[in-house]
Amino acid sequence: MGFLLYVALPLALLTGLAWTVRRVIAGSFQGQIGAAFRAMPMTAAFGLTVVSIYVIGALCAPVLAPYGESQVFDEFNLFPGENPAFVLGTDQLGRDLLTRLLYGGRNTIGIAFITTILAFLLGATLGFLAATLGGWLDQALSRAIDVLMAIPQLIFALLLITILGQSTLNMILVIAVLDSTRVFRLARAVGGTIIVMDYIEAARLRGEGLGYLIFREILPNAAAPLLAEFGLRFCFVFLLIAALSFLGIGIQPPLADWGTMVRELSIYIAYAEYGDWQAASLPLLPASAIALLTVAVNFVVDWMLDRHAGLKS
Amino acid sequence: MDDMTDGNTLLTIRDLRIEGLSGETWLPIINGVSLHLDRGEVLGLIGESGAGKSTLGLAGMGFTRDGCRITSGSISFDDIDLVAASPERKRSLLGRRIAYVAQSAAASFNPAHRLIDQHTEGPVLHGVSSREESRGDARSLYDRLRLPDPDNIGFRYPHQVSGGQLQRAMTAMAMSCRPDLIVFDEPTTALDVTTQIEVLAAIRDIVEQFDTAAIYITHDLAVVAQMADRIKVLLNGDEVEENDTRAMLSHPAEPYTRSLWAVRSFRRPEQPPTPAGTVPVISIRGVTAGYGADIDVLHDVSFDIHSGRTVAVVGESGSGKSTVARCITGLLPPRQGEIRFDDKVLPPGYRHRTRDQLRQVQMIYQMADTALNPKLRVRDIVGRPVQFYRGYRGTRLQERVEELLSQIELDPGQFINRLPSELSGGQKQRIGIARALAAEPRFIICDEVTSALDQLVAEGILKLLDRLQRELNLSYMFITHDLATVRAIADEVVVMKDGHVIELGAKTEMFSPPHHAYTDLLLSSVPEMDPDWLDRLLAQRGRENIGEAARLGIDRAVQRQSSL
Repeated sequence: MGFLLYVALPLALLTGLAWTVRRVIAGSFQGQIGAAFRAMPMTAAFGLTVVSIYVIGALCAPVLAPYGESQVFDEFNLFPGENPAFVLGTDQLGRDLLTRLLYGGRNTIGIAFITTILAFLLGATLGFLAATLGGWLDQALSRAIDVLMAIPQLIFALLLITILGQSTLNMILVIAVLDSTRVFRLARAVGGTIIVMDYIEAARLRGEGLGYLIFREILPNAAAPLLAEFGLRFCFVFLLIAALSFLGIGIQPPLADWGTMVRELSIYIAYAEYGDWQAASLPLLPASAIALLTVAVNFVVDWMLDRHAGLKS
Repeated sequence: MDDMTDGNTLLTIRDLRIEGLSGETWLPIINGVSLHLDRGEVLGLIGESGAGKSTLGLAGMGFTRDGCRITSGSISFDDIDLVAASPERKRSLLGRRIAYVAQSAAASFNPAHRLIDQHTEGPVLHGVSSREESRGDARSLYDRLRLPDPDNIGFRYPHQVSGGQLQRAMTAMAMSCRPDLIVFDEPTTALDVTTQIEVLAAIRDIVEQFDTAAIYITHDLAVVAQMADRIKVLLNGDEVEENDTRAMLSHPAEPYTRSLWAVRSFRRPEQPPTPAGTVPVISIRGVTAGYGADIDVLHDVSFDIHSGRTVAVVGESGSGKSTVARCITGLLPPRQGEIRFDDKVLPPGYRHRTRDQLRQVQMIYQMADTALNPKLRVRDIVGRPVQFYRGYRGTRLQERVEELLSQIELDPGQFINRLPSELSGGQKQRIGIARALAAEPRFIICDEVTSALDQLVAEGILKLLDRLQRELNLSYMFITHDLATVRAIADEVVVMKDGHVIELGAKTEMFSPPHHAYTDLLLSSVPEMDPDWLDRLLAQRGRENIGEAARLGIDRAVQRQSSL
C-alpha cells in the first residue's frame, strides 16, 4: 500500500505529465525542432520533465519553501504527517524537512552545475590545445592527466580537500580539476578527429591563429559530443558532491544538501527492525531525490547521444 | 521481353519500387524499374550518384540495405519470388546461386583470416564441396584470374596482397560456388588505371568461361562498354533507356544519355609555350622530401609553373603527387631543394611565411565534404579569407562575397546563408573554389578536384576553372590520376612515379608517341568508349604487358638503366 502511494503513484503522475509535456512542446514548435521533439522517446520526455521540475524547484526554493533554510523549530524528530505544519516532518534539530529538501536541491544542483562548467572550461580548453598543437605539449598534458586519473577520484578528492581545508570553494575547485581530466580526454579525442580535416588545413594555410582555429573551426564541430558528455559528467559531479557531503566534508551546515541529509537521516534505518517502515524510509527521501535526478539526466543524455549518432550517419 | 516461359530467363524484375527512410519520411529511391537478364548475359547499370544503380543491383539479389523497403513490384530469380522468399530461402541462394563483389575489396575481406579460408567458407557452408576440394578449386580459379603464384597466394592475409589482386581474389570467391548470377558493384572504381585494366580483363574472362550472368554497376561509361552486353541507364531512380552496348554507344536515343556520352568532349585549346627566360610563378627545384625519419617520398623533383598556365601532375596512388602539393604549401618542409615564388625563395614551413605569401598560394581539395567546415555558412566560409587578408567588414564584405559567388555561378541570394550540408557535391566544390579565389591568389593547387564528382558535374567544374583562369590569369597545378581530365585542361604535363618525375613537357607532346614506357602504360590503360578497346589492347600488348606485370617490367628496365 505504501509502495503504491509513495513510489508507483508519483512515477505514474510524472510519466503522465511527461507525455503531456511532449505533446505540448511538439505542438508549439514548427519545423526541425518540432520534429525532433515529436520523435523524442518517452524516456527522454520523462527525463526532460523531471529535470525541469528540479530546475524550477531549485530556482524558486525561497518562494516554494514554507520556512527559512536553517530555521529551527521546537518540534524536532517529527515524522511525516504528525504535524500538518511540517508535511514531511522535521530533523533532529527541528528543521523542516520539506524546506531542507528544496534548499538542498538548490545547493547541490547549483554547486554541481558550476563545478561541471568549470571542469568543462578547463578540460575542453586544454584538450583542444593538446589536439591542435600536438608535440611535447600534448605529451606533457596527456601524461599529467594520466597521473591524475590513476588515483581513485573519491579518495583523491578527500585527500585534497583535507589538505586545502574544508570550504565550498575548495571543494568546487578540487572536483572541477579532477573531473576535467575526463573532459580533457574526450575533447582531445574529438579535436583529434577534427584537426585532420581539410578545412582545418585550409585555415592553417590561410595563416589563422590558434584562437580562431579552436573557437571557430573546432568547437562548433565538437559541440554535440561535448554537450552530451556535459549531461553525463554533471551526474557524476552531482553524485560525488553528495558522497563527499555524506562523508561530512562536502557542503557544510547550515547550508542544506541532499548528501548531508542522507547521512543525518540514516539513523532512522534502525527503525526497520521494529517494523516502522515509514520512519525507516525517511533517508530514502533525499536519496531518491538524488537517484531520480541522475536517472532523468541520463535519459536526456541518452537521447542526445542517439540524436548525435543519428546525425552522423 | 516479358516471356516468363522462356527457359533462358534468369532474373526478371518488374515495376520495382524501393523507398529509403530519411529522417521521418520515406523517399523513393527506385520508381518502378523493370529489368530482364538471361543466363550468361552481362547487364551494365550506369548512372550518376543517387541514380539508384546500387539499390537496383542489390535488389537483384533480393536484398535491400538497412532503412530501405520494397513497396511494390516483383523480383523473380529463376522463377523464385525473391520479394516473398523467407530469409532461410534467400540464405540458401545467396553465395550459392547469387554472389556479390563489392567496391572495396580491402574493406570487404576479413583482415584476420587468410584469403583461401574465406574462399572455402561459402562452398563448405552450402555443401557444394569439401574444404579440400574447394581449396583446389580456389587455386585453379586464382590461376584463371592470373593471380601471381596461384598455389600459395591464398595463404596470404588480405593486407599482404595489392588492391588489384584483392579485387580478383574477391571475384574468385564470388565464383567459388559457380553461381548463376554475380552482382559487381563498382569493382574497379577505387583502383588505379593500370590495375583496373587487369581486373577488368580477369572479370570478363571468367564470366565468359563459366557462362555466368552478371549485373555490372559503374558510373564509368568506358568501363561498362568493355564489360556489358546490354546497358541500362538510370537517372534518379528512373530508367532512362536500355539497349545493346553497341547500339547504345553509337545511337543513344535519350538526350540525357547523349549528354553523358558527350561529357568527355571538353577540350581547352592548349596555350603556346611560354618564351624562354620568363620567370615562372612557381618553381620547384630539386625537392627531396619525406615523412618520418629517413623515408623519402620525393626524390629530386623539379618543374616550373608559368603564369596563366595549367600544369597537370599525373601519377598513380603513391607516386608522390600530393606530397609535391604539401611541399609547395609549406605543410611538409622539404629536406633538400627549394620552392620559389616569382623567383623569390619561399620559407619551407608555412608558419614562417608572410600573410601575403600564404595568400598567393591557395588549394582546392578533392573531398569537398571535408574541405568545408560543416558548421559554417557559405557567407563565413567564403567571407573569412576576404576578412582575413583584406580586412573588409559589414556591407563591403557582403558585397565581395556576393561578387565571388556570382563568379562561381551560384546565385548569392539563394546560397549565401546555406550550410555545406544543404549543398550538392558540385556546389560544395564551387564553394571551395570561391574560398580559394577570395584570397585573390595567383597560383591554385587543384588536388583531384573532380574525381569525387559525377561526370557532368565534373565537366562544369573544369569549365569554370578554365574561365576563371582566363579572366584572372591564374596558374593551376592540377593533381590528378585521370588522364581524360589532363587532356581537357592541361597545358603541360608532369608524369610522376614513386616520387620521381618520369617525364614532363607540353600536353600535345605527351599525348603523341614516343612516350616513356611508363607514360605509355598509363595512357594505354585508360578505357575508351569503344566496346572492342579491351580486346584490341590485349591483342596488341599481350596479357603480360598490362597492369602490375607491366609495371614491374618497367621498374626492372629503369633499374637496369640507372645501374649502368
